[in-house]
Amino acid sequence: MISDQAKKEIDIWVAKYPEGRQSSAVMQALTIVQKENGGSLTNELKQAVADYLEMPTISVEEVATFYENYNHKPVGKHVIRFCHNISCMLNGSDELISYLEEKLDVKTGEISKDRLVSVKRVECLGACVGAPMCQIGDQYYENLTKKRIDEILDGLK
Amino acid sequence: MNNICLKSIDKDNPSSLATYETMGGYKVWRKILNGELSPEKILEELKIAGLRGRGGAGFPTGLKWSFMPRNQEGQKYVVCNSDEGEPGTCHDRDILRFNPHSVIEGMAIAGYVMNATVGYNYIRGEFMEPYYRCEEALKEAYDAGLLGTNIKGSKVCFDLYSHLGAGAYICGEETALLESLEGKKGQPRFKPPFPANVGLYGKPTTINNTESFASVPEILSRGGQWFADLGVPNSGGTKCFSVTGNVKNPSNFEIPMGTPFSDLLKLAGGLRKGRTLKGVIPGGSSTPVIPAAKAMKMTMDYDSIEKAGSMLGAGSVIVMDDTTCMVKALTRLAHFYYDESCGQCTPCREGTGWMYRVLKRIMDGQGKSEDLELLLSVQDKMLGNTICALADGAAMPVESFIRHFREEFEYYIKHGKSMVENDG
Ligand SMILES: Cc1cc2nc3c(=O)[nH]c(=O)nc-3n(C[C@H](O)[C@H](O)[C@H](O)COP(=O)(O)O)c2cc1C
Ligand code: SF4
Ligand code: FES
Repeated sequence: MISDQAKKEIDIWVAKYPEGRQSSAVMQALTIVQKENGGSLTNELKQAVADYLEMPTISVEEVATFYENYNHKPVGKHVIRFCHNISCMLNGSDELISYLEEKLDVKTGEISKDRLVSVKRVECLGACVGAPMCQIGDQYYENLTKKRIDEILDGLK
Repeated sequence: MNNICLKSIDKDNPSSLATYETMGGYKVWRKILNGELSPEKILEELKIAGLRGRGGAGFPTGLKWSFMPRNQEGQKYVVCNSDEGEPGTCHDRDILRFNPHSVIEGMAIAGYVMNATVGYNYIRGEFMEPYYRCEEALKEAYDAGLLGTNIKGSKVCFDLYSHLGAGAYICGEETALLESLEGKKGQPRFKPPFPANVGLYGKPTTINNTESFASVPEILSRGGQWFADLGVPNSGGTKCFSVTGNVKNPSNFEIPMGTPFSDLLKLAGGLRKGRTLKGVIPGGSSTPVIPAAKAMKMTMDYDSIEKAGSMLGAGSVIVMDDTTCMVKALTRLAHFYYDESCGQCTPCREGTGWMYRVLKRIMDGQGKSEDLELLLSVQDKMLGNTICALADGAAMPVESFIRHFREEFEYYIKHGKSMVENDG
């Protein structure tokens, strides 16, 4: 269920914590297997993480549902996480989110028909001086305009 | 400006060890390794410096460190709070990206003072660029023999690791952060016991904010008095402020405490053409809003902002001009707290939900004349009645927005639309 590569990555995290405290690595373990699974978690994956870290299934489930960054339904190949909190709002994020929805013909929370992108409204991502901004994968895109959004979308494959 | 935590920001390779060392970095740490600086002396300098925790509560850092039972047997921990999630706040991100060694050195010094040999830097999960910069910096520090066991033969030991979150504002609260670091849901703990006695894995632990740690090396290198004199009484030193919202050049500025707000606004390019100032949230979304006239008279330090009716908080200055619909702004914040409440305490769980629903109803044109009193009574029941301060941070803005901009709320309720032209 968990690939050898993912296990290797999880082990790096486990090694950071004291002996017997491997459950500290659960958030990263979930992040790693989610990435490998195309951006979302399944019951089997959560179970596999629980087994691998020797944690009760329920504890892994609790973590997986508590934190925002885990998805429990399939997502697009790229997830555009658009900040709509105050500093971004004051700089036009709502308008840009509407633009994005129109252009991609998706609503926030949904996946585009070609399954390439999904759009999510998220809370402050800690880059408010670059408002309006969004996150795609590991990358932040700041000072967004319609033109810049066009360019970014063109670059997504 | 930008003299301490952000001082590498304009340099080439700002985050590298070489750059850090050319700016005097690790000088204090080497002094410690040479046995030339005692924990007592460090605590004394921090006290003179007047350094107050930069994470929001403003608790004196030196005093916090002195609470740790340094002579108690067994493992102790130092934890850095790099969860930066307060809307409007983004200066820790720049410290992590551009000056990660200052955080490492600050944490190592803290470890030495409190006899804690292991540290964790809890970085919010979305901060991947800062995380990679910190990982590179850690590798450089280890390769240079500045971290590890029996460092440079000094018998001093300090190991430091980065940890990544997964998206939950509440994990910025220090005990929720510890729960999260242990691999659990980020739900704040009851206090007491305090982390200094029962912290990470049940061991004595001290948690400080990124900027607090990053300030320490420079303070010890140039002296507590030097730092204190940069600021004003009761607000020692400089502080990083994120200035965002309706300004021409939003940015982070590290400036002396006590700088007039009007000067900070100028640094950020001022307002856009033809606009006037309406209100300022001075310390991040959890702090009360201040109307323009009062804001223009305040200075950026703990006491002056408190006198103006708010708090310095995380130093996140959200500027709103006359195009801002205050009903919409408050609704957006209410949504945030409703989303982020961890749900443990009834007043917070129910109160944030109530406030958001009532505000949403007003925005949908369904507001009732009694709604403002309802909002005020809900927020009042939330204050001081919960395990952590998230509920206070959700409640205080509501009271202040209604108090200072009541006519906008009344207009929205009466007419079903915003009083502000640009916001149909
Ligand atoms: C809801 C909530 C969120 C918080 N978020 C942060 C945060 O993102 N970063 C931070 O340093 N402190 C945050 N704090 C404050 C911490 O609980 C704690 O006071 C701080 O990390 C202590 O460090 P300091 O003394 O250096 O400021 C938050 C507090 C609350 C109640
Ligand atoms: S005040 Fe709110 S966020 Fe804090 S512990 Fe209680 S329910 Fe959780
Ligand atoms: S409000 Fe959008 S990044 Fe902070």
